[in-house]
Amino acid sequence: MIDFDNVGLRYGMGPEVLRDLTFDVPRRSFQFLTGPSGAGKTTLMRLMFMSLQPTRGFVRVFGQDITTIPQQKLPKLRRRIGIVFQDFRLLDHLTTYENVALPLRVRGKEETSYRTDVIELLKWVGLGDRMNVLPPILSGGEKQRAAIARALIDQPEILLADEPTGNVDAPLARRLLRLFLELNKLGTAVIIATHDLSLMDQIDARRMILSGGRLEIYE
Amino acid sequence: MNDMSETEQEMSGSRRKIVLRPTAPIVPAGNIAGSSLMFVISIMSFLACLTLGAVIMVQDTASSWQSQISREITIQIKPEPGMDLEAELIKARDIALTFTGAMDATIVDTAATARLLEPWLGEGLDLDELPVPRLVIVTIDEATPPDFAGMRKALDESVQNVFLDDHRTWVDRLVAMANTTVIIGLCVLALVFMATILTVVFATRGALSGNHHIVEVLHFVGAEASFVASKFQRHFFLIALKGALAGGITAALTFAIASFWASHSLATPESDQATALFGGFSMGAGGYIGALAIVVITAVLTALTTRITVIRTIMEIDLVRSDPTLSI
Repeated sequence: MIDFDNVGLRYGMGPEVLRDLTFDVPRRSFQFLTGPSGAGKTTLMRLMFMSLQPTRGFVRVFGQDITTIPQQKLPKLRRRIGIVFQDFRLLDHLTTYENVALPLRVRGKEETSYRTDVIELLKWVGLGDRMNVLPPILSGGEKQRAAIARALIDQPEILLADEPTGNVDAPLARRLLRLFLELNKLGTAVIIATHDLSLMDQIDARRMILSGGRLEIYE
Repeated sequence: MNDMSETEQEMSGSRRKIVLRPTAPIVPAGNIAGSSLMFVISIMSFLACLTLGAVIMVQDTASSWQSQISREITIQIKPEPGMDLEAELIKARDIALTFTGAMDATIVDTAATARLLEPWLGEGLDLDELPVPRLVIVTIDEATPPDFAGMRKALDESVQNVFLDDHRTWVDRLVAMANTTVIIGLCVLALVFMATILTVVFATRGALSGNHHIVEVLHFVGAEASFVASKFQRHFFLIALKGALAGGITAALTFAIASFWASHSLATPESDQATALFGGFSMGAGGYIGALAIVVITAVLTALTTRITVIRTIMEIDLVRSDPTLSI
């Protein structure tokens, strides 16, 4: 679903932050992306989300070279990818329910057509009683789950989660991991960027370790 | 959309009611500082409507002058020693009346001619002592004017020292003046619209930078540029419509008050001066329709400008993101 072929990326005239990356993200796969802080995990996630273009090499998402995709076609491709940001990026003037429903709203769907799905999903992530609450009132863990629910609501083919357990305690981190596994079982390819070793030790999954701009993969 | 004030959901396996608030707008109205923009647009619209009114007024005045002048032509005969001036005048009048379109012809008698010259030459003037030209005023049908060239030729052949003045020079000058005024007015209108567009561009960019987080989230959840634009467009359209309406109504009121003043100050020196310069201070139905059109055009132009600005801004965001050298 995502193919990297000898990809390198540098900012301006600076050194390459990513070097010679060659890997793929197969359909229905589950992997962790890890490495020390500043190793380029977020940059790599942004490349996969088509928010950045490589300085060299090829990145193909859903079989299309991201450097040749016309700008108008990007939103439709991005809709097939769910993304969870480290800083949640929830809209403070919308309730939890409205934030989670946002991807469906921008697709022009009628509220009546998705209301039940959003409520079900919010219950599934444990936010059934926080639907009418605005993000500033939510705790870090609740915000995290709301952000995850927003990424999942349109059943993406790929889920990119950047440090999804960075703001939660260990029990909640385990719960979120179970949630990702369940999603993976339903057919979504999951990529979790984390430096939480204890989280990775909980399951036997593919590990992509980014260090010094290079990537090592342990299947 | 959730247009019900209370939405009740009964989930399977649970009897608990879930009440949702009416769906909030994606871009809250409070996030866009519209009052100053509305004020600027109302000023622009006021100026545009005033310009339009002034153009219509000048055009009406010019066309009324033109119509008054083109309703008459003058045959002028210069006296000469030994010439029977009265006979020449009668001959000229008769020739003029033979042409289709010449409705009436009157010889300006000596008394009337003396009165015409009175301001310059004083009373008790004896016209026989001075070689003063005499006039025949021919009233013509504006709809089917006579053949001036033919009339001029016929007069030249039969009447001595004759000159036919069809006022064409005056009419041409007036038409040129009216056209110049209209062009200047249209240029001012274009400038006002350009200033409005630029103001809206700056305001939209300001609003976008203030709502950057919303644009970014919408972008990440797969919103198309046109969808994001529509959310901002609606706000700016309403702001512009209110502002333009306020400006348009103020301009219409200004004209109505001026017209009221002019009609209630008839025969005063101030009113006479103003009327001579500006005509009747009336925009007429066309003017009010034009003012309404300006209001609508301003609002639509603002909405369109907002749309283009938002789409361009989103494209710039994409460009910055897709170029690692510009990304942070």
